[in-house]
Formats: sequence, C-alpha cells, structure tokens
Amino acid sequence: MARTITMREAINEALSQEMGRDERVIVMGEDNAGGAGSPGDADAWGGVLGVTKGLYHRYPGRVLDTPISESAFIGAAIGAATSGMRPVAELMFIDFMGVCFDQIFNQAAKFRYMFGGKAVTPATIRTMYGGGFRAAAQHSQSLYPIFTHIPGLKVVTPSTPYDAKGLLVTAIRDDDPVIFCEHKALYDITGDVPEDLYTIPLGEAEVVREGGDVTIVTLGRMVHTVLEAAEQLASAGVAADVIDLRTTSPLDEDTILESVEGTGRVVVVDEATPRCGIAADIASLVASKAFGSLQAPVELVTAPHTPVPFSDVLEDLYVPDAQRVVNAAKAVTSWSR
Amino acid sequence: MPSPQHDPPSWTRSSVGSAGAVEAEPTAAQVIAGLRATSEGGDDLVQLLSPEGQRVHHPDFTLDVGAEELKSLYRDMTLVRRVDREANALQRQGQLGIWVPLLGQEAAQIGAGRAMAPQDMAFPSYREHGIAWCRGVDPTELLGIFRGTDHGSWDPRATGLHLYTIVIGNQCLNAAGYAMGQRFEGKVGDSATGEATICFFGDGATSQGDVHESFVWAAVYDAPVVFFCQNNQWAVSEPTERQSRVPLYRRAQGYGFPGIRVDGNDVLATLAVTRWALDECRAGNGPVLIEAYTYRMDAHTTSDDATRYRLAEELEAWKLKDPIERLRVHLVREGVAEQDFFDGVAAESDELAARLRECCEAMPAPGPERIFSQVYAEPSPAVQAQHEELLAYQAGFADAGTPDGER
Repeated sequence: MARTITMREAINEALSQEMGRDERVIVMGEDNAGGAGSPGDADAWGGVLGVTKGLYHRYPGRVLDTPISESAFIGAAIGAATSGMRPVAELMFIDFMGVCFDQIFNQAAKFRYMFGGKAVTPATIRTMYGGGFRAAAQHSQSLYPIFTHIPGLKVVTPSTPYDAKGLLVTAIRDDDPVIFCEHKALYDITGDVPEDLYTIPLGEAEVVREGGDVTIVTLGRMVHTVLEAAEQLASAGVAADVIDLRTTSPLDEDTILESVEGTGRVVVVDEATPRCGIAADIASLVASKAFGSLQAPVELVTAPHTPVPFSDVLEDLYVPDAQRVVNAAKAVTSWSR
Repeated sequence: MPSPQHDPPSWTRSSVGSAGAVEAEPTAAQVIAGLRATSEGGDDLVQLLSPEGQRVHHPDFTLDVGAEELKSLYRDMTLVRRVDREANALQRQGQLGIWVPLLGQEAAQIGAGRAMAPQDMAFPSYREHGIAWCRGVDPTELLGIFRGTDHGSWDPRATGLHLYTIVIGNQCLNAAGYAMGQRFEGKVGDSATGEATICFFGDGATSQGDVHESFVWAAVYDAPVVFFCQNNQWAVSEPTERQSRVPLYRRAQGYGFPGIRVDGNDVLATLAVTRWALDECRAGNGPVLIEAYTYRMDAHTTSDDATRYRLAEELEAWKLKDPIERLRVHLVREGVAEQDFFDGVAAESDELAARLRECCEAMPAPGPERIFSQVYAEPSPAVQAQHEELLAYQAGFADAGTPDGER
C-alpha cells in the first residue's frame, strides 16, 4: 500500500527494510547513530541528514558511527563489500569525496576488472549534493559527473521519494559499487511510496511528462524545476517531453533518442557546472546518434563554470531556474534555418 | 625466512589485555563513565589557574604575569565571547547564513593567540574567532564571511592569519608546508626573532588522514609548527572516546615530537604552554602538539542542536569551569581589579555588539559579477560570456516589467 512520505523517510525505509531482509547490509558514517547510544539517545535524530533515524536500535551493531575519517570508512565499506557484506556508507556531503576519492575510483571501481571478475564490490555510497542551502562553495557542489566519468561505478540521482526507495534497494542489491546522490533540497518533498519492498532498475530513465514539441532531459532536483517550466511552456503552446535520467551511469540512451526522434529539439538541464558534465554528455549523444532528427542546436541550461557562491542572492542566480528552462525551450522550438 | 609450518605471529590483536577491542559498542554506563572521565582531563593536564580562580603551581610551566596583562586577558575573552553571542543572535535573526560558536573556548584561543609573536603565522579552522581577534582582524570581517558578502576579506600576510578553512583538517597540511618553508628560508634558530607557525584544529579533525600526514611531514622536515588541537569533547554528535583510545596529546609521541595537554579553560596555562611551544619551534625544536582540553558549550554550528545528543548536566558541569569566570574570580580575589574595571569591559562589550549589528545589517549583497570574478587569475572568455548571459537574462525581467528579476 502506498502512503505519502518524504524522500528522507523513503530512504530510511529502504535502508531499514533491506537491513531487515539481509543481515549483510550495514550502515556506517559520521553521526549516523545521531546521538543514539550516548546518554541522550531517546532523542536520537539519525544523523546530520536525519536519514538513519531509528536504525541504530532496530539493528544493533549494524549502524556504525565513524570518526571523521572518510578515507577509512569509505575504504572499510569497500573492503567489507569485497568480503561479502553489503555496506551502505554515508559520505555526508559529496564535496568530501576529495578526501576519500582514491578508495572510490582506484579501488572500488577497479576490483572487479583487475581481478577478472573474482572480486565484487557491492558497496553503496550515499551522499548529499547540490545548491540552494546557503552552504557555500565547499558544501554545495553537484559532483556526480566526476563519478559518472569513472568506469566501474554506477551513479544514481533520484528525484522523487518513490524513485529514491526503489533505486536505493536496487543499489544495495547491486554487485557493483553505486554512488547514490541525494539532493539536499529534496529530503522534504513528499510523494506516494509503497510500503512493500520494490526495485527500480538502474539505467532506465523515466518520461515524466509527454509533449512532443521539445525534449527536455534532466535529473535530480532539476526535474522539479523542469516540470514547473513545462507547465509554463504548455500555457504558451509548447508541449515538452520531460525525461528524468534517474541514473547517469548506466545511461538510458534509448529513451532519450526515442524522444528526440519525435521532437527534433533538445534542452538539457543540469545543476552541475557545464564542462565535461551530464549536459555536455547528452548533447554529444544526441549530436552523434540523432543528428538526422535534430531541427535546432541543442540548448544547455547549467550552472556557470564557477564555484557555488555563498551569498543567498548570488546562489539564487547561480542555480538554474524554471524561467531559464522556458527561455531555452522557446529558443529551440522557434529556431529555424 | 620462517618455515611454512610456523604459526604466523599474531599482529592483528594485542596480546596484552583486550579492553576496548572486544566491546566496540560501549554500554550506557561506559559512556557515562567516559564522559565523567573526560571532564577531568587527567594527571597530565597543565593548569596554572584553578576553576576556583586560584593560581596553581606547575613544575614545568610558570607564567610571570602582571595586573595589566591579567586584565587585558579578561577583556579579550569577554569581548570575544560577546562577538560570538552577538553573531549567534544575528544568525538566528536571519542576518548570517551560518555561525560557528566558540562559546567556552575563549581561554584556549585567547591564550594561544596572545602567545603568538607578530612574525608568526596561524592557520585557523572555522571556529577561531578568538585567534582572529588576537591577530587584529576586525570581527565585522568574520561577519562578512558568514553573511556571504565576502569570501574572506583579510590579508593573510599582513595579519599572520590564514583564511578560515571549512574542510576538516586540511589546514594542517598547509601549515606543515608553510612551516617547512620558514625553515628552508632560514627563519628558525633564533629564539627572539625566529618565526613559527601554529595550526588550529579540533578533536574531530584528529581522525582525518590529512592531519596524520601533516604530523609525519612536520616531523620529517623539523617544521617549526605548533599543532594546537582544541579538544572540545564533541565532533558534532560524537564524543572524543569514539575517536581515540588514547588521550590525543599522546599521539605526538608516535610521530616523534612532544605532546602536551593543557587546561584549555585556563587562559594562563594556555598562554604559558603555547608561548613555550612557539619558542621551541622558533629555536628549531619543532614541531609540538598541544591538546587544549576544553568544552564546546554551544552547538557545533547554528545548523546543529546539541541537546539532541548530549546531556544538559554535562554542560552544567563544564559551566563550573568557565574560562572567563575563573579569571574574574582571580582578579577579584587578588584585588587586581575593582568593579569599575568590570563595568568598563561590560560597557565596551555593549558598544562592540552594537557596532557589529549595525555593520552587519549595512553589509550590501554582492552584485552578480561576484559569481564570476576570481575564478581564475586571468579573465576567462567562457566565464565572461556566462556573466554577460546572466546580465542579459536579468535584463529580460526588467524589460518585461516584472520585479522578480531584481533582488
């Protein structure tokens, strides 16, 4: 039965149900117990993200509060995964990948390949990304393109509570390392989520709105921005296909190309910086595999090639908004040779 | 080479005792016992002023301090606490994006900051408002950072204070490198004019690999750096005993340099120990680790609520060791200061708070050009084009007559 719950609750439920189903699933990270186990534990709030609330007591010994040693606990999760556990490590902010990246891209991503398939790394690394929280340049980045660049890693960027639960369950059960990227502005959004366990395959994008005039490809928090724009576009007579990638690796090329063949006009919207990013990647895909369908240049709506500013006024200008998407969609639909 | 039938040596587990290793998860009773123990500080704690405001004799550390210096230490701590409380209130009122309270750590910071010589260099984390004060950085400059109107406005070279470091522990590596440079440039060796570096970080940061590598590096290069760890007992929600089996100052021994635990709520002891440590570095005997044993009396940041993970009675116990109160009692007890002195400092605090508030509220929001400036040394055509695009986008709102485009 589906209920309306927040994305935070959906992620918590996925963790809890998977821990209940499979005792190899463990959780580790900074402040994950969130006060549980210390004298004030009645009020344990489940970590800085509030996502692990209640797990510490429900699954004794399987929720580990770690020292501030990202290399150690990410590396330990990866090591535990190779020995048969299914750890879910929480990297509090995606920006902290800087202090543990070697473990992720040189170790986790390479074990299967370098050991000829004899080693598997079923580790999930949950991490929080994105702007809009006035968290300044070192706590606001959208760094999933860097993980997407690394062969061997799978990268998930859910946009709804429903997707978050189903994709996280799949990530935990997947035999490869998965980077599960949660946008900090989405934890409080609500949506219908079945109580039962279910999975959503990695590598299947979702067409969240059908139109036919223009294809807007996006992911994560930007899905909501784009849907707002699509509503405005509809009243201006422009019907948009909106595609939520859901995972950037693997990438569902077919869903994108199928839509582009119908519309011939493409906008890609991504909160990350533009160079070597998802938007550029999709534009390249469309240019090389759907050139014959294109009737206008591909428009990219991204953050500028600068760090995220701290000032609230500037951050609001920095993160792409619906109006920019509307402008881009209008530009590609009105474009003619 | 050992023969194959030999049992391999047991290197994964200490053969002597097993305390701590078996019970990875402490019981509630152990946690409470641990917390009680951490509020003591242990036998090695260097203290020159008791919580009751009485001078204490220490065999290794003495401090010859006159009435004026005592009073100025009190003044510094009081003003810095007022800056902290005012900034915390400004954040609550929406004037700052975030604030990182130093409440309770005034003695650790004023003691260390006042021990520095003008030629020394400090590398702060993000809580060192007392150090900034001692280096002559006006508190309004701190507000600019936390309001987002400025990304660090002071000149690190002119003030001898590196910019605030937000990422945990990173500055320790920078400090080790800076100190190595001081040595390479021949600036150590003279205990009067020599240079030293001091690096500030917390107990939580001692779990970071970067901090350990900075210890290794500083030791190998005999770098004149004082690693000044403010052990405020809590790394957000995790108490120190979840991060270390040994008192933090003892870790220095493994890297080959001295480690000292000082009462971080005792400004006199902190001043004496830090002065000694900096002089050691200046003379070429660095590095040194100081663990200033103190307590974070407020939350980790204004985004945190410490009541969710620690007991109120723990805070009450630490209030009895308040760093400012113990010096005030000492000043009164010894007849060093009269009521008019305290009234004067209180009045000065009020004026400072009012000035801070006024300056904060008057700080203008930066213009959109600040998004695009200082990304590279040379102007980037791509970034410039994006700036122009944004301006055109904003102008579109103005043309349409909607006020939303202008904020």
